[in-house]
Amino acid sequence: MLDILRERLRQGYRTGDFPRTAPTLSDRFRGLPTLDAARCPEGCDACLTRCPYHAIVRAADNNGAPGALRLDLGRCLFCADCPACPQGLLTFTADYRLAARTREDLWLGVGAREEHRLAQGLDARLRSLFGRSLQLRQVSAGGCNACEADLNVLSTLVFDLGRFGIRFVASPRHADGVMVTGPVTRNMESALLETYAALPEPRLVIASGACAIAGGPFAASPEARGGVDGLLPVDLYIPGCPPHPYTALDGLLRLLGRI
Amino acid sequence: MITVTKTPATAGTAAATAPTPLPRRQGGFRAPLAALPELPAAAFRAALVAALDVPPEDGGPRVLSFFGMAPDGSPAGGGQQGPNGTRVIAVLGFDRSGEVAALRGVLEDGELESLTPAHPQVHLFERELAEQFGVRLPGHPWLKPVRFPRLRADGAPGPLAGDMDFYRVDGEAIHEVAVGPVHAGVIEPGHFRFQCHGEEVLHLEISLGYQHRGVEALLAGGPHPGDAQRLEAVAGDTSIGHATAHALLVEALAETPAPPRARALRAVALELERIANHVGDVGAMAGDTGFLPTSSFCGRLRGDFLNLSAELCGSRFGRGMVRPGGVLFDVDEARLERILDKLAVLEPETRGAIDLCFDTPSVLARFEGTGVVSPDDAELLGLVGVAARACGLARDTRRQYLDADAPGRPEMPVVETTGDVFARGNVRRREIYASLALLRQVLRRLDTGPVRAGLAREEKSGAVRLAPESLAVGLCEGWRGEVAHAAVTDARGLLARYRIVDPSLHNWSGLALALRGQQISDFPLCNKSFNLSYCGFDL
Repeated sequence: MLDILRERLRQGYRTGDFPRTAPTLSDRFRGLPTLDAARCPEGCDACLTRCPYHAIVRAADNNGAPGALRLDLGRCLFCADCPACPQGLLTFTADYRLAARTREDLWLGVGAREEHRLAQGLDARLRSLFGRSLQLRQVSAGGCNACEADLNVLSTLVFDLGRFGIRFVASPRHADGVMVTGPVTRNMESALLETYAALPEPRLVIASGACAIAGGPFAASPEARGGVDGLLPVDLYIPGCPPHPYTALDGLLRLLGRI
Repeated sequence: MITVTKTPATAGTAAATAPTPLPRRQGGFRAPLAALPELPAAAFRAALVAALDVPPEDGGPRVLSFFGMAPDGSPAGGGQQGPNGTRVIAVLGFDRSGEVAALRGVLEDGELESLTPAHPQVHLFERELAEQFGVRLPGHPWLKPVRFPRLRADGAPGPLAGDMDFYRVDGEAIHEVAVGPVHAGVIEPGHFRFQCHGEEVLHLEISLGYQHRGVEALLAGGPHPGDAQRLEAVAGDTSIGHATAHALLVEALAETPAPPRARALRAVALELERIANHVGDVGAMAGDTGFLPTSSFCGRLRGDFLNLSAELCGSRFGRGMVRPGGVLFDVDEARLERILDKLAVLEPETRGAIDLCFDTPSVLARFEGTGVVSPDDAELLGLVGVAARACGLARDTRRQYLDADAPGRPEMPVVETTGDVFARGNVRRREIYASLALLRQVLRRLDTGPVRAGLAREEKSGAVRLAPESLAVGLCEGWRGEVAHAAVTDARGLLARYRIVDPSLHNWSGLALALRGQQISDFPLCNKSFNLSYCGFDL
């Protein structure tokens, strides 16, 4: 017993002060990408084909003429050796805040919208239900366990998810929302739908990680369906491969209107 | 206990063909296909049996990988071509000599007499041959599906995961417990079916495939530009392990070694991955015995080790660190000092947190004697990594298959002999301490020089130029155990077949066996003590 107390003293108090204090991340952390499209050479569309996961597209304007470049945070894997821009105009910033409420809000457009639109809070009714207590059932549907591992981390004492009233629960009957990871493999589709059906209404759906948003590295596979969209109505998208725990926590707190 | 049925050696037949050695090339292993005779089914089988009949204590091999290719050399069945003419390749590893060898065969009639009754270590590989190519394997005890792919071997839509007959025990007092695919936690999906008599588990069957996302098929025809990201997501907690095995394989095929400094930095990333996962596992095992101090402390410490990986390459899971040809991130003096300083702070805290639970009698009472796998069974099932070393098998790829001068080669594998939960926990505890020492040693002796070698590339596609018509193997001791990648290139130097073996492929059967005769309430603890990968198995 004394040994336990002595060790407890040595281990110290470890819970962070997020969101009051911003987290300190590695100087090599790759957060929100930026594309300096103003400096694009005339007629260069290299990035459209060079990104293996098609995270960059050229949107058509209203007349069908090629419009501005658009970077899709939902498809971006934040690759250290991002091959997209031969001019080096695509860089990653240290901004870990990435979560958004709609799929369109994950498109970083030049001209279309300069500012990245972070997740907005739930409406007043849902916020009164979930704002101070949100129970989530997590379903891994083809995830590689990196997303799952860094969601698990939220329950450790560093992040202490419980202090925000958020908890992962075992039964979908006890849950207010389902948090999906993975591209939704053919073999997990029915299990995911059954889990969702077991949730009492109103219920939330959170797509966490590039796979759950748009298939991630497995977008091209016929064995998976390329994300949750089209299967369940998604309320929050958390980009990343995998998302940093602070990216996920930031998204959850924004959803609850607490940031 | 597993019983084996040895087939008597057929008298009077010619001596079996010996497996062809794959020479060491740039940290991996490679031989031209021309050096590997394509044996007819009967001769292939005789050669494989003859090789595996030599026990490991006499220098005999075990099966690192065993896979099929369609008659035209394309990767998966999907069955348009039928089982006739399916090609097979078995990759063997000789732990004692550190040699890798292979056998190649062609199943003219789509049939191979099963080796499983005599050599259970191939049981899943044979089930794969049946599932992917429709190969008939007379003598195999039960050719159940492995991953439930979209298409059956004959091209028809396949069953969904879990849709199959399970082994059943009958009797008035027998009951069955089914768990999953969705489990009660933030965990990957899989289905567990227990046959119980009261609390006692008579048999556990593990049925996976829910995470199957077709990784190997996506890699075929490559190298493709997005391969690195897919390989790092074979098993996200083993990103470094899989990326390293892949890099060694590609470097062997590209005939360009990674520079010494890159190899050292890979070893650093690999040991950080090992420590982070082992620390998390010890915490989780303590948590499952209800000993919360170690569980809480280790949860925090695991995150701090993950943050060290991020210090190295920006990703807590080592994403973007390892690439064919070297590594993408170097460390300067300041970063090196920061990492060493952080390790100096973390080591006593880690020892304190872990030793606390190993000094607590109530924890040890739950660990000791629970979930025992005997050394004989471990050997027969071909267990690898932590699970094998906990049963007294000194299997450590770093020790046995790395070049003698490779950085990150431990002096001794960590071995325990009791084969129970305690042994698997204690192997982890001792490996954490050994890896911390190894890390410091590698970090202090970093070679100078570049961290990336330029690999020759195709002019048009920009893809790495690989030796044509070759078989190459990349091995890496990931934190769970041996990661074995094997690939066959075609005449143009493209990857005709890419085969991934995560240590979990071998080890899930070990967990099933560990549960025999245990209380069902000990399943979570036994499961944590193995902590195997679903996605690494399902691919």
